Amino acid sequence: MSQKTPYGKPILVIGGGIAGITAALEAAEVGCEVILVEKEAYLGGRVVKMNQYFPKLCPPTCGLEINNQRIRNNSRITVHTLAEVVRVSGSRGDFDVTIKVEPRYVKGAISKAHLDAVTSEVDDEFNDGMCKVKALRMPHDQAFPPLAVLDIDALSDGEQQALAAAEPQGSIDLEDQIRTLDVSVGAIILATGWRSYDVSKLDLLGADNADVITNLHLERLASRTGPTGGKILRPSDSAEPKRVAFVQCAGSRDVNHLPYCSGVCCMGSLKQARYVRERLPEAQVTIFYIDIRTIGRHEEFYYELLDDEKISFVKGKVARVEAGEGALALTVEDTLGGQLLEQNFDLVVLAAGVVPSWADAPIAGASPATDDYGFIVNPAERNGVYGVGCARRPTDVSRSVKDATAAVLRAIQDVRS
Amino acid sequence: MSDKLGVFICTGYGIGDALDIDTLEGVAGEYNADVCVTFEAVNADSLGSIRQQVADEGLNKVVIAGTSSRTYMAADLPQVDDLQFVNLLDWVVLTHNAEEADDEDEEQECIQEMADDQLRMAITRAQKAKPVELFPEHADLCKTILVVGGGIAGLTAAYEAAETGYEVVLVEKEAELGGFMAKLHRSVPMLPPYRELEDTGVAAKIAAIGGHASITVHKGTVIKSINGGPGLFDVTLDSGVEFRAGAIVQATGFTPLEPEGTLGYGENPDVITNVQFEEMACKGEFKRPSDGQPVKSVAFVQCGDSRNPLDFSYASAIMSLNALKQALYIREADEEARAFVFFEHLRTPGQHEDFYRRAQEDNGIFLTRGTVTHVEAGDPLTLDVKDTMLGDELQVEADLLVLNAGMLPRAADGEAIRNLVDSERIVEEGPGNAKFEECKVKVEDLAAHKGTEILHLDYRQGPDLPALKHGYPDSHFICFPYETRRTGIYAAGTVRSPMDSASAVEDAMGATLKAIQSVEMLSRGETVHPRAGDLAFPDFALMRCTQCKRCTEECPFGAINEDAKGTPEYQVTRCRRCGICFGACPERIVNFPDYSITAVAEAIKNVEVPDEWDERPRVLVLACENDAIPAMEAAGQHGLTFSSFVRIIPVRCLGAVNVVFIKEAISNGFDGVLLFGCKHGDDYQCHMIKGSELMQTRGGNIKEALEQMALENERVAIHDIEITDYETIPRVINEFMELIDEIGMNPFKGM
Repeated sequence: MSQKTPYGKPILVIGGGIAGITAALEAAEVGCEVILVEKEAYLGGRVVKMNQYFPKLCPPTCGLEINNQRIRNNSRITVHTLAEVVRVSGSRGDFDVTIKVEPRYVKGAISKAHLDAVTSEVDDEFNDGMCKVKALRMPHDQAFPPLAVLDIDALSDGEQQALAAAEPQGSIDLEDQIRTLDVSVGAIILATGWRSYDVSKLDLLGADNADVITNLHLERLASRTGPTGGKILRPSDSAEPKRVAFVQCAGSRDVNHLPYCSGVCCMGSLKQARYVRERLPEAQVTIFYIDIRTIGRHEEFYYELLDDEKISFVKGKVARVEAGEGALALTVEDTLGGQLLEQNFDLVVLAAGVVPSWADAPIAGASPATDDYGFIVNPAERNGVYGVGCARRPTDVSRSVKDATAAVLRAIQDVRS
Repeated sequence: MSDKLGVFICTGYGIGDALDIDTLEGVAGEYNADVCVTFEAVNADSLGSIRQQVADEGLNKVVIAGTSSRTYMAADLPQVDDLQFVNLLDWVVLTHNAEEADDEDEEQECIQEMADDQLRMAITRAQKAKPVELFPEHADLCKTILVVGGGIAGLTAAYEAAETGYEVVLVEKEAELGGFMAKLHRSVPMLPPYRELEDTGVAAKIAAIGGHASITVHKGTVIKSINGGPGLFDVTLDSGVEFRAGAIVQATGFTPLEPEGTLGYGENPDVITNVQFEEMACKGEFKRPSDGQPVKSVAFVQCGDSRNPLDFSYASAIMSLNALKQALYIREADEEARAFVFFEHLRTPGQHEDFYRRAQEDNGIFLTRGTVTHVEAGDPLTLDVKDTMLGDELQVEADLLVLNAGMLPRAADGEAIRNLVDSERIVEEGPGNAKFEECKVKVEDLAAHKGTEILHLDYRQGPDLPALKHGYPDSHFICFPYETRRTGIYAAGTVRSPMDSASAVEDAMGATLKAIQSVEMLSRGETVHPRAGDLAFPDFALMRCTQCKRCTEECPFGAINEDAKGTPEYQVTRCRRCGICFGACPERIVNFPDYSITAVAEAIKNVEVPDEWDERPRVLVLACENDAIPAMEAAGQHGLTFSSFVRIIPVRCLGAVNVVFIKEAISNGFDGVLLFGCKHGDDYQCHMIKGSELMQTRGGNIKEALEQMALENERVAIHDIEITDYETIPRVINEFMELIDEIGMNPFKGM
């Protein structure tokens, strides 16, 4: 018995992070045509910048490499990087979509001659501006598509001429232009992901101090491809911190900031505490929390850390972080001990909340329902537009992947002819 | 048709400056390449030109030497019988620097030799490759989806698969559909404003299934046997019904833990579980079991506490939400009633925080961080509570105490069952068997698995999915949660991991998509993740099989059954092309058309090994193509260098390394072999589950073999390399070269 499985129009996936990559691949491997649109120059979203995943403490690029190979080998997926969907019209099964693709200027693999032609530096976007990088570079080791990026505005006329003349020819096109593509698709998966809550809004937590960093910055500091080559150093003086504080719920569970729980920061900080202890065996780590929200079997990870004598857990909301003498003074109400505590730290990590990116930049014509926080709410009535991963709610990698896989089933129902 | 080989050599990116391209062209000439041309850059123009030349010359084998294979998109490459890449740039040019050597000319020669040998190996592999043909069964595979379990996950899987256009058979062992969720009064809020309890949706799902033309439901029956593999599963039910299915979604749910002995449960009738409290809520009657009096106050505690982390960890997925939900039940039923919720950590992730907030606003709900240490029976119950927030000991009175019980997966551990059956057989044979005592202990240890079969698969590796940590048949991959060790069989919902109902619904949809995807890919002749789309499958030359059973035992995916004599019965639709059987076979009878013992062994033989007096040792590096190879490439990008005496062969998995490769290398005069694989153990990173681990075992055999040849066993070393370990690779290689320098050259060189 053999059944026909006709697939009609392509599925559009917006966002090339782990949820979007997964959605694109799962749909394409079933047999659908897929268009994947990513605004950055490379796929991987937030996860490609992570040092390690919890709870296995393994590198995200390992799984991403498998996914890159799957994309590389699958002609049903069309990837547009440096691209954004600017307009959507139509309805379930029949959408017209306009995609704007920024010029990349890089058309093929580049050589040392190309790299040497450019000396100007720009803020390193991959490292969240924590260091400088050449205006022409591979954005990171496992970058996919495997093409360099060029910040053309940073180049002098001389550099442009030298770059245009560099061998081999054909890999650089300084005349590259913005392109606009019109495509017709049957379903749209919104995998637009998240960003960190702007911790400068938490004015008592000292975010303007160099040694008060976010959890995402710590991931880059711990990464071998990060600004310190994987050494966890205090930004102000590049010294090894001896006392590290993790401040949970930096913005989350706070009606003045993010009323919801960001869901992943407890496991995130526990993971970071573990690798800080591995890298800096002498360091004392303190985690300030309201509730430790390790869900399901992640609980075990928490119990392992409870046994570590150099990790302390203090239940209480941090009230203030201030610059003190050679250290950061942190004030917290210890709700278990019932007293106001003041402790000194060398490095303070704010477990910044998760904010849905969709709320920052919704797409004209695609108007999924959202909740008060900007997370997409998938309606009971299928409408051909589905939010997945952190576009729906703050969640971890595994659940984003499951969610993306589930959404593909809905999308396939929409495109079936 | 005879083969026509084309060799394309990229000279850009400094390759032409660092290497003598004429020499490389000479190597292509040695192998009688029909076409050998150079190109300068990897871009649309040059790749278009290569495709054109392949078409014009009618080439069917192609070697591209230049940049990494990872710099090409498959769609831009020529479609030929075999395509090999030589990464001259990262493996040879960027990772070696003649100018920094003590003797520049000498090192330049060594670097050139390395490039020449890498090209020789690639050409040899291309020449030895056979065209790939699709497995013949692909055209007739069944695409029906079998769903096992009719709870919320199973109902979702069945309905969604049918809505996507597939025939579905749903098997439920109970007389009625609905599972655990059907016994619930309400669900926790999932929709904004995330404050109101919701209908469970089970009744609507059952109704939708009932009327669906593509869904056949068998209730009150279980599976008697499932034979075959994906696309070819022949299913027999206890009721006698037989049918064929293509893929399986196992949604068998969970069993609530019975917290016997906890806080008087089992003795005191007014201490009940959340399951019993749901029953009360469904009836709308909250009465004390002991005396039938109306319940005016309820205390909710987490079953298990930090002293029992396992129990706690099961329950923590939904326990807090459940307690808050049930607190609202009693409050909604009776506005005078009081609810006390005791907790260590209140867990309401994401938007569920709003539900927590609602409970906090309710002045009839008391949320206290604390542990109930003792319950005194009576009217009402008296609870001793240690309030961990304030450090006080307090007493609370309540009419009813509800324990939030943990969840146990309703899964069978296929590998444990197989192990039990094997051990029982040996015990039956009597004490004569050398393994008698060991197996007697195993039979006792595994007794709980007896008769637990659910799927009744005819797999050599056991009748069910293998269970991993805590008995869950879950993936250990964060990035690939639907990875399965039994192709075409996907666990979904609470059988796979403790989760709430909304997650179970999503999980069921994801698993259903994977089930559909597996039959679709197989029907195109492709295998599924992680070698998604691979068309080549192994051939077993059974006339030379010695029934050693290594392949049948080691296959991580259960793809190979055994007949009564122990001869392997390979089932192509279960196979994931990891090559572990290929690596395991001591008779070398397992071969892929594009990855054969002969091709790799010949490639090794074609490396030109200088004699002992040249003082140029050779080390073979066999490296996992997913992790170690990208790490090696990053080493070059970061300007790190390693010895030019190594020769590199990427492999699909370290488990796909046959010991003969190592023997071949040693007998060809190589002085050592380095094996780069992935982390194994509980937190394994090997995408073929245990390929890397198996190589460790085989490594033991290799060392014995080396000792028998009177060779130092340090000549073969295995290392775990993560994809980010680009600094490690050059260090490991260079240290190994120093070791070889110490122990001296291979005495079999040139023999």
